[in-house]
Amino acid sequence: MSSSTPLIQYTLHLADDTLILGHRNSEWTGHGPILEQDIAISNIALDLIGQARNFYQYAAKLANEQSKNIYPPGLNGSVTEDSLAYLRDGWDFRNSLLVEQANGDWAKTILRQFFCSAHQVDLYEGLAAGSDKMLSAVGAKAYKEALYHLRWSSEWVIRLGDGTEESHARMKKALEELWKFTGELYTPASYELWATGAGIAADLSQLRPRWEERVKDVFDEAGLSHPAAGWMQTGGKEGRHTEQLGYILAEMQFLQRAYPGCEW
Amino acid sequence: MESKHDSKAISVEEIRSLLKEVNDPEVPVLSILDLGIVRDIKVTDGAVEVVITPTYSGCPAMDMIRMQIKAVLDQHGLDNVRITTVLSPAWTTEWMSREGKDKLRAYGIAPPTPLQQVCHTKLFHREEAIQCPHCLSYHTSLISEFGSTACKALYRCEDCKEPFDYFKCH
Repeated sequence: MSSSTPLIQYTLHLADDTLILGHRNSEWTGHGPILEQDIAISNIALDLIGQARNFYQYAAKLANEQSKNIYPPGLNGSVTEDSLAYLRDGWDFRNSLLVEQANGDWAKTILRQFFCSAHQVDLYEGLAAGSDKMLSAVGAKAYKEALYHLRWSSEWVIRLGDGTEESHARMKKALEELWKFTGELYTPASYELWATGAGIAADLSQLRPRWEERVKDVFDEAGLSHPAAGWMQTGGKEGRHTEQLGYILAEMQFLQRAYPGCEW
Repeated sequence: MESKHDSKAISVEEIRSLLKEVNDPEVPVLSILDLGIVRDIKVTDGAVEVVITPTYSGCPAMDMIRMQIKAVLDQHGLDNVRITTVLSPAWTTEWMSREGKDKLRAYGIAPPTPLQQVCHTKLFHREEAIQCPHCLSYHTSLISEFGSTACKALYRCEDCKEPFDYFKCH
């Protein structure tokens, strides 16, 4: 991985974040608390996995041009969106730790989605305005979807935070469990610093206050107290994951590992 | 081999008219032209290129639409066809044709309102009144921001009591 270009690494980071979050959300399909919200979280999963495909396709194109055999090829010998998603191992994944955390209850899933959407809106807006033509196009498309997800997830954080004693307690517990993973969103990895320097992406340190403001506004409305600044767990963006990622990959990659090239 | 069209001589307008036969598999009342996802048609020395854009990043109908475009053009003797997907500029409901909006309403789906092309982020703030496609009442309410496909939300009419799909702001 080390001799791969920072552009590929950055693109894979965007791809992995959206794939893993999309996969987590898709685990709710058929299990949502009510039918409409089952459909909602599944639709968000679909948007995210669609975004992931766009990022992976671009990463695959770049990887094939580089032709250094760093990434696992598909059966036809070239790197594809599928080989990147299904044939890389845990330490090759560049997603942040937040997106891989287990779904827990509806409150935890909602809060995770809210933290991520509040981040993606500005991230994608930055990509859209950036200098890489492909990432700009994918970002412009994804930006509109992220806005819609942000509105939906914000409303749910408020509904549960300001709901019943039970829903408030669950949202509070979700916050305790997830907060320590939010700092990583704004702790730049080397390829993110490179992307900012290259004019491809916005500077994370400038986006951070906007994320904090969104979170504060929604927390105020939801009656949730803002956690004090504290120790934050990082590492996912460099391939050091929590044990949670392994379970996702085991489920997601099993078929392609057991039956290479299998299609249906 | 006889073909109905001489691919050397076919015009962009003729291809556009053939594409009216390709419907969105998830909203079959709309052609891909009505939906506004055909962004360009190019004919160069008998080679045809159709440029399309997805409504949503994860729209699962795109592969089917690509296959159908190829199939329809092939039936008309055009076998040198390339389908290109572009993402930018991003699709907006503004690109849906007037005819398409009328077809949607007749099919029982509320068409996108002209004012709602960009999703606002005000919370718990509802869209402009959405008209019920069945009884035309504006006395309607949102059931869910997400509906049966990525491009739709679910509404209910408070007068005729029928639920209906609404092409959501995008």
